[in-house]
Amino acid sequence: MLAVSFCGMRLRNPLILASGIRGNSADLLIRAAKEGAGAVTSKSCSLKPREGHANPTAVNEGAVWLNAIGLSNPGVEEEVVELKKAVKHCGVPVIASIVGFSVEEFGLVASKISQANPAMIEIDASCPNVEGKGKMFSSCVEDAVLVTREVRKSTSLPISIKLSADVPNIGEIASECISAGANCITAINTVGGMYIDAYAQRPVLHNWFGGVSGPAIKPIALKAVYNIRKAVGPDVPIIGTGGVVTGLDAVEMIMAGATAVGIGTAVAIRKNAFREISKEMKAFMKKKGFRSISDIKLIEK
Amino acid sequence: MLPQPVKVVKIEKENQSVVTLTLSCRMPEAVPGQFLMVWLPAQQEEKPYSLADNDPVKITVGARGPFSTALCSLKKGDFVWIRGPYGRGFELKGKKILLVGGGYGFAPLRFLAKEARKKKISAIAVCGARTKSLLLKAASCKTIYTTDDGSYGIPGNVLAGMAFLFKKHKFDLVYSCGPEKMMQAVAKEAEKRKIASQLLLERYMKCGIGVCGHCCCGELLVCVDGPMFWYSQLKSNPEFGKIWRDKSGKKVSI
Repeated sequence: MLAVSFCGMRLRNPLILASGIRGNSADLLIRAAKEGAGAVTSKSCSLKPREGHANPTAVNEGAVWLNAIGLSNPGVEEEVVELKKAVKHCGVPVIASIVGFSVEEFGLVASKISQANPAMIEIDASCPNVEGKGKMFSSCVEDAVLVTREVRKSTSLPISIKLSADVPNIGEIASECISAGANCITAINTVGGMYIDAYAQRPVLHNWFGGVSGPAIKPIALKAVYNIRKAVGPDVPIIGTGGVVTGLDAVEMIMAGATAVGIGTAVAIRKNAFREISKEMKAFMKKKGFRSISDIKLIEK
Repeated sequence: MLPQPVKVVKIEKENQSVVTLTLSCRMPEAVPGQFLMVWLPAQQEEKPYSLADNDPVKITVGARGPFSTALCSLKKGDFVWIRGPYGRGFELKGKKILLVGGGYGFAPLRFLAKEARKKKISAIAVCGARTKSLLLKAASCKTIYTTDDGSYGIPGNVLAGMAFLFKKHKFDLVYSCGPEKMMQAVAKEAEKRKIASQLLLERYMKCGIGVCGHCCCGELLVCVDGPMFWYSQLKSNPEFGKIWRDKSGKKVSI
């Protein structure tokens, strides 16, 4: 009832563990699969090990979760070992998230990570381009296209590019990335934000700025996914991510144009998130007489 | 939750390098084994600390690195920022229990001894350290001491203290906090006598709220699945007693 297929992957349900969430080891990816994820995405991996930012790296308040972990990861050499194990034992497609701080680094990581044979490579394009003006790769068409082309040259695996909604033209960026060789779009990444502690007289996160996730960003994600769908046409797969906590949230994401649905912060908000969300999706579909995910249609004006 | 500013209202020196700070807040629902994320904006760092008491809230800190040294040098009236209580704490069960702590790992066990007394559970504690000057103050239950160098109490590690108590007492459950290899040995020793153990694990923690996954031990997350784990959950865990991860997530031998 919930199965979906795209980019050569067959998922038993459309729920994909999002990158950066409990995905830093093979054991954790296997756990997410056991807990009912349709596919899993590893934490973004860079060429060299990165310690990330000092704490506080993540705080939450109601519907808002704010983090700046700083892309800590043990580097691609160790990640290949972990991913090989995950690919072997997860029983669901494993998507490898990669990050780079130059166009060249993205290519090198993509090429190395391909040795682990993940089902797809996801480009984490919301990191600063240190060769440019320090803005995110996903912040303009030009940089997003450069990085997509480089990864396309470096691997024969399907690739998705994860985009940020902190732009006025996410649809245009998405369709240009598809023209540059991406097979799929993941949207959205966290939304830029900060907290300030009045008594401490400084921002709460060590990095000052972070990314907002959780229920607060659902409306932003829904609009971004809809805009992308309109821009890329009906056939390009989209992993709609951002603020999905319930089965109805997931259905809404598919109605906005998503092919599959990323699950991130929800795993910390509710126990057994994947199973519960699947159950709620099925209950909704039964009520509406939907027999498969393809019966959930894109909203039309 | 966001970090909340609270005042240091009392400072007790435990020994040459360990202090217990009393904070200006209460957490009556918090249980031993749960932890707080403690932020010092001036140090630009935040670290997890086990609760040493809940009403008022206390934490016991050993001066180890720059952050813990700064915490230890706070004065009455200074502020710290806390969020929590987080994680799964100890579960009090049985009629007679044994508490085994190493170094400042003994602190949450003193809180546990206090809660056990409220529930009319009889407790005996073993408090171990390398040497006399590193021991913590006694718990509110009977406390026996061990030192590796024999400078105080029973000579040897906490296992010597356990062996001494097992001669005269029968326990329903063992609770332990301290270095991981010590806890592993304590749990194995208890298992020989068919006694279950609850252990308090530590890993490098980033978010503290179950999102980032950095504090994993095998497939377990110390921040939300623990920090209390039954030994039966850990026995076959490939990383328990062996591996933890540095700031980058690189595996490091314990």
